Amino acid sequence: MTDVLAPTALDLARLEFRDELLASGLLVGTSVPGIYGRSGDFERVIAGLDRILGEAFAALDATVLRFPPVYPRADFERTDYIASFPDLSGIVSSFEDGDREHRELLAAREEGRAYEGWLKPADVVLTNAICHPLYATLEGTLPSGGGTYDLSGYGFRHEPSFDPMRLQSFRMREFVFVGTPDAAQLYRDTWLDTSVALLASLGLAVQAVPANDPFFGRAGKMLVSAQLRENLKVEIIVPLYGDLHEGTAIASANCQRDHLTHAFDIRTTDGEVAHGACVAFGMERTVLALVRTHGTDLEAWPVDVRALLGL
Amino acid sequence: MSMIDTVVRVLDTHGKLTTPAGSLAPDADLYAAGMTSHASVNVMLAVEDAFDIEFPDELLTKSTFCSIGAICSAVEGLLEAAA
Repeated sequence: MTDVLAPTALDLARLEFRDELLASGLLVGTSVPGIYGRSGDFERVIAGLDRILGEAFAALDATVLRFPPVYPRADFERTDYIASFPDLSGIVSSFEDGDREHRELLAAREEGRAYEGWLKPADVVLTNAICHPLYATLEGTLPSGGGTYDLSGYGFRHEPSFDPMRLQSFRMREFVFVGTPDAAQLYRDTWLDTSVALLASLGLAVQAVPANDPFFGRAGKMLVSAQLRENLKVEIIVPLYGDLHEGTAIASANCQRDHLTHAFDIRTTDGEVAHGACVAFGMERTVLALVRTHGTDLEAWPVDVRALLGL
Repeated sequence: MSMIDTVVRVLDTHGKLTTPAGSLAPDADLYAAGMTSHASVNVMLAVEDAFDIEFPDELLTKSTFCSIGAICSAVEGLLEAAA
C-alpha cells in the first residue's frame, strides 16, 4: 500500500480558492479535475481582457488568424511534442469500421469492458499550443521583414489537477513574430515589457521571471537546463497564495529560436531559417488571478480596473 | 573502437552538426557547430547506450555535452565510478 501524502498548506489554499470559485458560480465543476464551465460574469472579464490585449498590441498590425482547437496529426508529427511532452498530449480517436465491428464495440461496452481497441487515431490531434497550427501554414519563405500574427483559441494539456489555475482546456491569446533572429529577440523583449505593464494596470502584482517548460523525463532535464541558461522563456507570474508560493504564471514571452521554424522549413528572404518569438496570455489564468486579487464579486472590483475591462 | 571514435560516431548520427565530428578539435564548441538542444538530448541518450551508462541528473546539462572532450571526460568519470 502506498502512503498518501498529507496535503500541504499550499494544496489547501488552492482547494479553498477552487471551492470559492465554485461557490460563487464563476466556475462550474465537472467530474474531471481541470475541466470547468465558465459563467456569464467570467466571460465578461474574458471579453474585456481580450479587447484590451487587442488594443495594447494594435501597433503590431498583426495578421489575425483563428484556428479550431484541433489540428492535423501530420503537422503534430512535424513538431517534437510527443517526444518532449507525451504526458500532456491528446490524440483524437474515432470509429472507422463497419456494422460488425460496431456491434463488437457495443457488446464490449455492455459488458463494461474497454472498447478503445475498436477506435483508430483520427487525422487530427488536440491543439496543445495555439501557435503550432500557425507555424504549419508558414512553410516556405516569409515576406520581407517577417510576419506578425494575432492568435486566439483553446489549448489542451492533459494534466488533471485540483489547482483551479491548472486547467486541461483553456484559452490563449498569443502574438507571434517570425523573422530574423535579431528581430525575434527584440520582439520578445519589447513586448514582454508591454505585457507586464498592461497586467500591472489591472492591479495584479506581476513579476517577470526566467522559466522553463515542463519537458518530460530525463531528456527533459537537459532541455530545461538549456532553456534556462539561454533565457529563452520568461513567465509573468502573480503571487496568489501569500508566502506559500512565489507565484503562478499568467503569461509568458518566449524565444522559440529555430525550433518550430526548422521543423516547418520557414525561411527569411535571405534564405536562412527564420526564428520565432511570442508573447502569450493564459486567458482563464489571468481572469482567475484577477478574481483572487480583487474578489469573487466583480461589482466590488476597483473602479479603474472595472473601467479598463469595460465591466 | 576507442572512446573518442564512439563519441564521434554518435555525434555524426545524432548531433545534427554542420561538419563531420571527426574534423572538430576535442574542445570545439558543438553547439557552435550546429548541435541544437534537442539534438543534444539524442546525443546524450545514444552515448548512454553506446557505453551502457546512465548520466546522473547533475550531469544532464548543456555543458556536459558542449564538446567531444567534455563528453569523453564525463563518460570516463562514470566508467571509473562503475569499475
